[in-house]
Amino acid sequence: MTRRGLEPSPLVGDVERRLFLRQTLSLGALTLLTGCDISDQDGVQKVLHAMSRWNDRAQAFLFQRQALAPTFAESDVVHNFRYNAFYPAVDAPQLSGADYHLQLSGLIADKRPWTIEQLYALPQESQITRHVCVEGWSMIGKWSGPRLSEFLHRVGADLTAKYVGFQCADGYSGSIDMASALHPQTIMAVKFADETLPSKFGYPFKVRIPTKLGYKNPKWVTTIFVTNRMPGGFWEDRGYNWFGGS
Amino acid sequence: MTADAREPAAARAVLLHPLSRRIMHWINALAIIVMIGSGWRIYNYYPALPIDFGFPNYLTLGGDFTVTEALDDEDGLANALAWHFAAMWVLVINFLAFVIVGFASGHFRRDFLPVTPRGFVQDLWAALRFKLDHSLGEYNTVQKVLYWGVLGVILVTILSGLSIWKPAQLHELTWLFGGYEFARVVHFFGMAAIVGFLCIHVALTILVPKTLVAMVLGRVSAAPHPSKGKAK
Repeated sequence: MTRRGLEPSPLVGDVERRLFLRQTLSLGALTLLTGCDISDQDGVQKVLHAMSRWNDRAQAFLFQRQALAPTFAESDVVHNFRYNAFYPAVDAPQLSGADYHLQLSGLIADKRPWTIEQLYALPQESQITRHVCVEGWSMIGKWSGPRLSEFLHRVGADLTAKYVGFQCADGYSGSIDMASALHPQTIMAVKFADETLPSKFGYPFKVRIPTKLGYKNPKWVTTIFVTNRMPGGFWEDRGYNWFGGS
Repeated sequence: MTADAREPAAARAVLLHPLSRRIMHWINALAIIVMIGSGWRIYNYYPALPIDFGFPNYLTLGGDFTVTEALDDEDGLANALAWHFAAMWVLVINFLAFVIVGFASGHFRRDFLPVTPRGFVQDLWAALRFKLDHSLGEYNTVQKVLYWGVLGVILVTILSGLSIWKPAQLHELTWLFGGYEFARVVHFFGMAAIVGFLCIHVALTILVPKTLVAMVLGRVSAAPHPSKGKAK
């Protein structure tokens, strides 16, 4: 089939078309070349940062204090749960239970350190929930331990404060909003799959928050503090969203 | 194009796309490109599909890896996520506005309807033999179906995206998409369908460049169709 039947003046049309095609391709190539670097501008970073703070507020608004994250059956629990940190498993902290003392600071009335036995003596809760990583992978696991809200009540934390912060034995740190800290499914997980929490998963305990992404679930916690000053966190200071809700 | 060429030189300029539609179209284009570029990088960190496939990094959005490593001590995911969750708002608000205005103004009813199976088959057959008549401002049935299709696909992609962003708070929605893991797959194929649409959409624009002029300036120098648009 010839084009002539469709085009009264094929030559002009072709030239026009080729020119346009070339311009479009150049435009495309330009976007590709700059596409990689457009993020590396102060102005762009400021906008992205502002939008991330806006997303903190939007997620706090979406967060329902009493609504529970989905729970699953024992048969859904993954064996061979993934080890995940910013360094290999062999470098994970090996804390001694006998020497361990959880330090408390900030807006907390009773700042006496806690031993593991004291944590074990609190009412324990179990949950089978989905751990969702910001990278996209997810795994269903079973965690048990006292509610963080119960702990905060007992030590006389100021529950009207904005943030609860965590410092960890491996140099990791993190912080969450008070509403999430008081959520019924936010626990200090001392057990994983009905066994004492293994060292590679955060012994003596990991803060398990099924309403938040994985990086908001700190392990090997050595200090808990309550504050009204935004504490940030290890990944949050590297550009990840602070609220990190799921 | 045949019809246009037969028009006298002093043809009337006709408004094909009102300013509001043109603005929303280009905001949508930009937001979609940012979502795709950043989404591709996010995908690369943990692919939703069980196959050995990743997007070339130079096609993704989220900053130079060496710079990110040096300045943020981070391997390039945080920026892509920041783009994705910033452009998300632009896309959703603009998309809702486009759909509301599209229905309320009669644009969808006038230009995207009627759609009949018979018309679709006829127009598809004609299109495949390059024998389809095209006049600006009047869509054939294949186009109409594609426009409805892409509107639906964008909606599904937005909703599946919400369901993997908030699998706890919006767990009913996540359940609707077959659970967290399957929702990621739905979100991926939604993207793939949008990219497919974009390829056809851009290819057709290259074949008929006047459509691009119309989407930028709103009007072209020839009367597209006697019954369409308002005369200047």
